[in-house]
Amino acid sequence: MRTCLVVDDSSVIRKVARRILEGLDFQIIEAEDGEKALEACKRNLPDAILLDWNMPIMDGYEFLGNLRRMPGGDAPKVVFCTTENDVAHIARALHAGANEYIMKPFDKDIVTAKFQEVGLI
Amino acid sequence: MTPLDYEFLRKILKERSGLDLSADKQYLVESRLIPLARRVGLSGIGELVLKLKAGTEPLTSEVVEAMTTNETFFFRDKIPFDHLKEAVLPALAQARASRRALRIWCAASSTGQEPYSIAMCVKEFAALAGWRVEIVASDLSQDVLVKSKAGIYSQFEVQRGLPIQLLVKHFKQVGEMWQLNADIRGMVQHRQLNLLQDFSHLGTFDVIFCRNVLIYFDQDTKVGIFERLSRMLEPDGVLALGAAESVVGLCDAFKPYPDRRGLYRPNATRAPRAGAAAMPLRAVAAATR
Repeated sequence: MRTCLVVDDSSVIRKVARRILEGLDFQIIEAEDGEKALEACKRNLPDAILLDWNMPIMDGYEFLGNLRRMPGGDAPKVVFCTTENDVAHIARALHAGANEYIMKPFDKDIVTAKFQEVGLI
Repeated sequence: MTPLDYEFLRKILKERSGLDLSADKQYLVESRLIPLARRVGLSGIGELVLKLKAGTEPLTSEVVEAMTTNETFFFRDKIPFDHLKEAVLPALAQARASRRALRIWCAASSTGQEPYSIAMCVKEFAALAGWRVEIVASDLSQDVLVKSKAGIYSQFEVQRGLPIQLLVKHFKQVGEMWQLNADIRGMVQHRQLNLLQDFSHLGTFDVIFCRNVLIYFDQDTKVGIFERLSRMLEPDGVLALGAAESVVGLCDAFKPYPDRRGLYRPNATRAPRAGAAAMPLRAVAAATR
């Protein structure tokens, strides 16, 4: 079973994402900020990461930079999932190594389409 | 909705659009027509049918549009667009190298996601840079064509099937909506068109996308449309159908494109057939009754 790390400081969002992704046959790991997400990645690199942007301690953008510099850190497919819904943020995310980008609010159709787009489904 | 009301609606939908509703689709009719009835100040389907029987043409058109507007999204099913990029456009880029022009028809184009997906594929295909590529988008519904021409989509619509790189490259943000850039919109011409009626005036095409519309027609109507579509395609042209559609077993106007599921080519080996020209609407309706 493929693994997906869901990184969001909102437990409600993590719960919604978990329900959707478990329905797509992913095993879910959760983290509430970028630092905890990075620790999780050092233990085991997931196949996919659903990543919020604005979080305390370490935000999603900084986490992504750190992840991509890690040995093997270019492997996980990273899909941002954020309320930062403007072109400038999307362009920054892509430049930093994001594979896809979900603008909140989201639903199962959108998550499925984006995960298909990057070859995770 | 009474059985008689349902039969009346089935009949006019068949005659006007070719939509072939089976006997168990009352829920579909109710879900689409009750909101329409209320919007025009009627209590429900019963009153709507009475109005239609009295012969109000604009209302009849609205009913047909409400029943024939179907879901669409960018790069729907993905595979036909992969075929377009990997096989169809490369072959046509070679075959039309001296002409440097292509014509693509997107029949039943709805709110534009399909023709604009094709336009983005063409735009991204470097070998066609500088070519004259004409994409014709047609639909029965004037409402969806208005939306398609504007090329403005909600955040939800641009996130279903559209890769984020293409969103950034080919759209601009307008408040909470996203509008396709003028160069992509300019590649698509819009036409209101009923597939049951003559469409030979559109001329011939190199590619025809006719996806997820013929599934609503009965067999005789499908065969008639396939015959006429085959006359609209260049001999080396390509027809793309929806994932649940096929010409196999229906008629020999097309043959499957090798190793590309959902694509078909005109069948050059079959004998020319008389009487396959456009059928007048009434003749098609009569033939399918």
